[in-house]
Amino acid sequence: MKVKIATVWLDGCSGCHMSFLDMDERILSIADKIELVYSPLVDHKTFPDMVDVTIVEGAVASTDDLAKIKKIRAHSKILIALGDCAVNANVPSMRNPIPVDEIINRAYVENALINKDMPVHPALPPLLKRVMPVHEVVKVDLFIQGCPPKNDTIFFAIAELLEGRVPDLTTMTRFGA
Amino acid sequence: MPNGSNIKVKTLKIDGKDVSAREDQTILDVCKENGVFIPTLCHLEGLSNIGACRLCMVEVEGSKKLFPSCTTAITEGMSVITQTDRLKHYRKMILELIFAERNHTCSVCVSNSHCDLQYLGQKMGIDHVRVPYRFPKQSVDASHPYFQLDHNRCILCTRCVRVCEEIEGAHVWDVSGRGINAKVITDLNQPWGTSETCTTCGKCVNVCPTGALSDKGRSVAEMTKRREFVALLANRRKEKV
Ligand code: SF4
Ligand code: SF4
Ligand code: SF4
Repeated sequence: MKVKIATVWLDGCSGCHMSFLDMDERILSIADKIELVYSPLVDHKTFPDMVDVTIVEGAVASTDDLAKIKKIRAHSKILIALGDCAVNANVPSMRNPIPVDEIINRAYVENALINKDMPVHPALPPLLKRVMPVHEVVKVDLFIQGCPPKNDTIFFAIAELLEGRVPDLTTMTRFGA
Repeated sequence: MPNGSNIKVKTLKIDGKDVSAREDQTILDVCKENGVFIPTLCHLEGLSNIGACRLCMVEVEGSKKLFPSCTTAITEGMSVITQTDRLKHYRKMILELIFAERNHTCSVCVSNSHCDLQYLGQKMGIDHVRVPYRFPKQSVDASHPYFQLDHNRCILCTRCVRVCEEIEGAHVWDVSGRGINAKVITDLNQPWGTSETCTTCGKCVNVCPTGALSDKGRSVAEMTKRREFVALLANRRKEKV
């Protein structure tokens, strides 16, 4: 049976997904072993009942991220934090020493030339007080550091998992790699 | 060491291997001489040892305590153990606490790929930090014409304090505050650029293990450092005495 894989994009730049795609033709060598059941790269709208491996890019920054990651954890057997934003909150967390109101005010009022207004729309999820790495909110099973992690690292990690092994990434990547 | 002094030789064991060393050496000296790797951050060859970062802890047979190898003198017949699960556990935890204490965003750091903290994190197998990050509000001092100080990346190793006092003889740096409020300051806690004692020699910048001190005009990952001069200068001075 094919291994069900999902990928999720929280507060990140999508660089980790780009690096994932950067595996190029090597994706074909794992393609027949996996089924991509949910991802920004495909068109499924709802997260499936149970996924074998979910790969999370990005930090937890808004109420929407928070709800998503909790749901995802409940419906995933293995959860992977992919990239520094997921692993240590990275660049999104650089706002953490500053109060949220001040930041939004700076972006949408102080620095705006036109339409100076705070963004208030029911569809916009409020920002959390502080951006958090994924493991601060839910249990994470595997951490892949890097900004973004190299395609080789991601490929190695997935290939090892597909073989039923826990990949040892300590020599392959680190914070900021 | 001056020639002809009556320094004695002692024998001891490092990880079960017999070694001999001069009686005035520390455990760390002997380990380095014998190619035994011990992680360090506050230690730098040529500067005084202060045993602050606690990364170089080792076990000594017959004692339950852990010993900072950079400030522990060797004794005859001592048996030192440098790698155990217990030591590994503490070394990892120390590094994780350092990462959590300030704001280490490696991916946008001037010292990315050239940083002792980052390197040791990888070497000790840290793939995430298990304690919550503190995200303190820290400042950057870019008032010096050539250098800048980013408190977000400072790990309070005081290498800058020691090199400026012990090698340059200017004593620009000090540490103000205690515990979580500690920070390095220049002169009387004034902007570095207004310091009357700084000779602009750049020694502090080069010994700083992280991106806290850097040359101006370097962008992400561009800041490389030179360290060898410290031991060289310290030795030359000793020989003169
Ligand atoms: S000082 Fe080192 S550990 Fe800190 S952010 Fe810069 S590269 Fe990373
Ligand atoms: S540049 Fe030289 S004199 Fe100035 S603070 Fe650094 S070590 Fe001291
Ligand atoms: S500025 Fe650099 S050398 Fe000085 S205490 Fe901080 S980390 Fe150490």
